[in-house]
Amino acid sequence: MQRLRIRYAKRGRLRFSSHRDFQRALERALRRAAVPMAYSAGFSPHPKVSYANAAPTGTASEAEYVEIGVAERCDPERLRAALDASLPPGLDVVEVVEAGPGSLAERLEASHWSVRLPSLTLAEAERAVGLLLAAEAVTVERVMKDGKRLLDARAPLLAARVDADPEDGCAILDMVVRHVTPAVRPDDVVTALRVVADLVPAAPGPWIWAATRLAQGPLQPDGTVGDPLDPDRAAVGATAPGPV
Amino acid sequence: MPVESVFSRLELLLPQVQKPIQYVGGELNATVKDWDSAAVRWALMYPDAYEVGLPNQGVMILYEVLNEQVDVLAERTYAVWPDLEKLMREYDVPQFTVDAHRPIKAFDVLGVSFSTELGYTNLLTALDLGGIPLHAAGRTDDDPIVIAGGHAAFNPEPIADFVDAAILGDGEQAVLQVTAVIRQWKADGSPGGRDELLMRLAKTGGVYVPRFYDVDYLPDGRIQRVVPNRPGVPWRVSKHTVMDLDEWPYPKQPLVPLAETVHERMSVEIFRGCTRGCRFCQAGMITRPVRERSITGIGEMVKAGLEASGYEEVGLLSLSSADHSEIGEIAKGLADRYEGTQTSLSLPSTRVDAFNVTLAKELSRNGRRSGLTFAPEGGSERIRKVINKMVTEDDLIRTVSTAYANGWRQVKLYFMCGLPTETDEDVVQIATLASRVIEAGRAASGKGDIRCTVSIGGFVPKPHTPFQWASQLDHEATDARLHKLKDAIRADRKYGKAIGLRYHDGKPGIVEGLLSRGDRRVGAVIRKVWEGGGRFDGWSEHFSFERWMDAASDVGVDVDWYTTRERDQHEVLPWDHLDSGLDKEWLWEDWQESIASSDDGAEVEDCRWTPCYDCGVCPGMDTSIQIGPTGRTLLPLSPAASPVRA
Repeated sequence: MQRLRIRYAKRGRLRFSSHRDFQRALERALRRAAVPMAYSAGFSPHPKVSYANAAPTGTASEAEYVEIGVAERCDPERLRAALDASLPPGLDVVEVVEAGPGSLAERLEASHWSVRLPSLTLAEAERAVGLLLAAEAVTVERVMKDGKRLLDARAPLLAARVDADPEDGCAILDMVVRHVTPAVRPDDVVTALRVVADLVPAAPGPWIWAATRLAQGPLQPDGTVGDPLDPDRAAVGATAPGPV
Repeated sequence: MPVESVFSRLELLLPQVQKPIQYVGGELNATVKDWDSAAVRWALMYPDAYEVGLPNQGVMILYEVLNEQVDVLAERTYAVWPDLEKLMREYDVPQFTVDAHRPIKAFDVLGVSFSTELGYTNLLTALDLGGIPLHAAGRTDDDPIVIAGGHAAFNPEPIADFVDAAILGDGEQAVLQVTAVIRQWKADGSPGGRDELLMRLAKTGGVYVPRFYDVDYLPDGRIQRVVPNRPGVPWRVSKHTVMDLDEWPYPKQPLVPLAETVHERMSVEIFRGCTRGCRFCQAGMITRPVRERSITGIGEMVKAGLEASGYEEVGLLSLSSADHSEIGEIAKGLADRYEGTQTSLSLPSTRVDAFNVTLAKELSRNGRRSGLTFAPEGGSERIRKVINKMVTEDDLIRTVSTAYANGWRQVKLYFMCGLPTETDEDVVQIATLASRVIEAGRAASGKGDIRCTVSIGGFVPKPHTPFQWASQLDHEATDARLHKLKDAIRADRKYGKAIGLRYHDGKPGIVEGLLSRGDRRVGAVIRKVWEGGGRFDGWSEHFSFERWMDAASDVGVDVDWYTTRERDQHEVLPWDHLDSGLDKEWLWEDWQESIASSDDGAEVEDCRWTPCYDCGVCPGMDTSIQIGPTGRTLLPLSPAASPVRA
C-alpha cells in the first residue's frame, strides 16, 4: 500500500464546512476521481484515510493535511489534479507527496493564524493584544456539545501582533498558537481580547472576525511554523511547490 | 434588473448558528444561472430543514427539469432553523435561496413541496421572512405566485388562504406547463396582473386556484358545496400523471451536499404508483397507476448517478420496491456490475411477501449491508384484512428467517395503531408476533443476539383513501393502547429483551389529522399557531400540542369534529372538487368492505396481476398500467483503468 500526504485549502464560503462535512466530501471525491483506495478489512470496510488537526468550522485554512492509502501506486501530481477537479471549488488540493518515514500528525505542533477584526479599530486591537500578551492567563468560556468549558487562551499563544490590511486598513491579528488539548481556537483568542480589553463592537451589528490558518507544522527554533511535508519531500528528493 | 445576493450580509451571521454549511449552497451538481437571461424564475422550497429537504427527490427532479430549459432559472430554499431566523429578523436578512442567495420575493414563482402537512407553519415563516404577505389576497404583482405541490396538495384547503395555487400529482410536465403559461403572459406584457395570470393557469384545468372557488357551509358546519365563482374555471381540477418514466430519467445529476443529510445515498425511483390497495395508504391511492422504469433505464441512471455523485449506496426507491416485475434481475445485474467497488444496494421499502433469498443475497453482496424494514402495519390477521394488507404471519416469519439466516442481525417492523375497528387485542398481538420473529430468527441464524425493532405510529385517516370517512382514534386511547403493547413486550421474559419498541405518542397525529382532512376554516388555526411561535411541527423538540389546541379553541375550530368524527356517505368532503381519478363510489364501497364483519369483507387484489376492479383512475385520467417484464438484462460495465495510477 502506498501512502500519500495531501495538503489542501478551505476557502471562501467553504470555511463553514465542518471536519465531518469535509470527510464526506473527500471520500466521495476520491470515488468520483476513481482513486484506487485501499480499504480496511472487516464487516464494514472503510477507505484508508487519516485526518489530522482540522481547522474549526467557520475558519478558513491554507494548510490542512490528510493522509490516504491507495491499493495501486499513484502519481502524486496526477492525483492532486484529479482530486482538486473532483472537490468543490473552495476545497482546493494544493500539494500531494508520497509519505516518507514518520508520523504526519506528530509534526503538527503549532499554527500560524491571520484573523481579520473589522469590528475593532486598529488602536483598539493593538491595545487589546498588548493587554493579552501582558496577562499570565486569560480564561475564556466556550459552549461545547456537553456544556460549557473554561480554557486558558493565553498560555498557548506564542506570538501575536496587529497589522493593518494594506488595502482597507482593517486590523489583522497575526499569531502563532501552540496545539494543546483541548485546542485553543481563533475564536477563543478573539474572546480573550474582548475579555482583557472589555471591548464592544464599534459599529452596531454582529461581532465580526474571520480567521485563516496560514500554516501548521513543526515549531521552528525562531518561533515560526515550519512545513510538515519537508521530511517527505526530502525522502523522495522532491522540491516544495511555489507560493499558492 | 439584477437581483443582489444577500450572502455578504448572511455570512456575518453564520458563525453564530448551528451547522452553517447548510445555508451556503455550492452543492455538487447545483446550478447557478444568470438572472437577467431567464424569462421565468422559480424558487423551489422544501418546507423543512435542509438536512431533510436536500435529499428530497421531488425538489431535486423539478430543479433539474426546470434548469435544463434555456430561459428558465430554478433555485432552492429550505426552512431556516430558529437560531438563524432570529438573527435574520434582527439584521434584516430576507428568506434566500441557497444557490445564489437571492431573496425569494424576487422570483416569479415560489413552488413549495409538501410531503407532510406538518410543514405548513414553515411556509408561513418563509413567506414572512421573504417579505411576502401571508395571505394570497394581500399579494401584489411584485410578489411571486405561491404554488403548493406534493402529496399534501391533494387537500390544500387548510392552506387555501396562503397559497395562490396548488398542483396535484407528478410535477415534471406540470412545472413546464406552468412555465409556458407564465412565459407567454410575461411576453404579452403581463396583462391584467396576477389575477389574469392565475386565471390563465386555472383555465388549463391542471392548476387549482382556491380563490376562484367559493365554499358554502350547512348550518351544522358541514360543507354544502364548493363552486367556481367565475366563468371559465373548471368544476374539478385533475391530477397530473407522467406516463413514461424512461423519458424522465431525473435526477440525472443528483445534488451532493457537503452537509450531512437524512439520506446519504444515490436514489433511483424504479417505479411510481402502487396498486396493492392498502386502504390506509394515501400514496398508494393518489399515485395510480403503476408505471415501471425499465431495467435498462434503471441501469443507466445508476451508472450516471454514481459517476456524478460518488455515493457508496444506491437506493432503489418506490412505494414497494420488491414489486418491480424485474427486481431480481435488477438487483443481480447491479450487484454484478459493482462487485468489488464497495457500492451497496438498498430497497428502502420492501413488502414482506415479495422478499426472498435471492434478493437478500444480492443486496448483501457488495459493500455495507443496509437495514431491513418490513411493514406488516397490523398486529393481527383480522386487522390486516381490514386494511387490505394481506400478508400472513407465516409470510412474515419466513421472510425474517431468510434475512436472519443471510446475516442480518436486526430487522425493523413497522405498525400502526388506531386503525378502524381496532381493539386493544389487535395491538397487543404485535408483541406475540415480535416474539415469534425472535424465536424464528434465533433458530434460523443459530445466534442468540439478533434483534427486532417494533416501530409504531398512530394512524391518521387521509383524503382520497377508503378511510377518508373514518373516525381517528383520540390521542388518549392511542397512548393507552401503546402502553398495553409496551407492557406486553416487557412481560415477555424469553424474548422481550431482544425486542425494541419505538413509538410516538398520539398527540402529533391529531394535529396531522386536523390538517389532513381540514377545510379552509382550519387556516386560521395554522396562522394562530405560527403567530404563537409554531415552527418545525414535524420535530418533537419543536412541536407543541397545547399551542395547536389553544389556537384552535381561540379561533373557534373544534378539533374533534375534524378528527374523531366519522363522516357519512353523502357528506361533501373538502377535497371532492380535486380529482385524483379515484371514483368516490368505489372508495365508499371499499370502505364498507373494510368494516364489514371481517369474515365477509372481500380482499382487493392487485390489478397488476388480476382483473381491473374499477377504482376509476385509468379511464378517468386516460392512463394505463405500465409494467414489464422487458426481458432485457444489465450487461457488465467495462472497468476503466484509474486515471491517477502511476
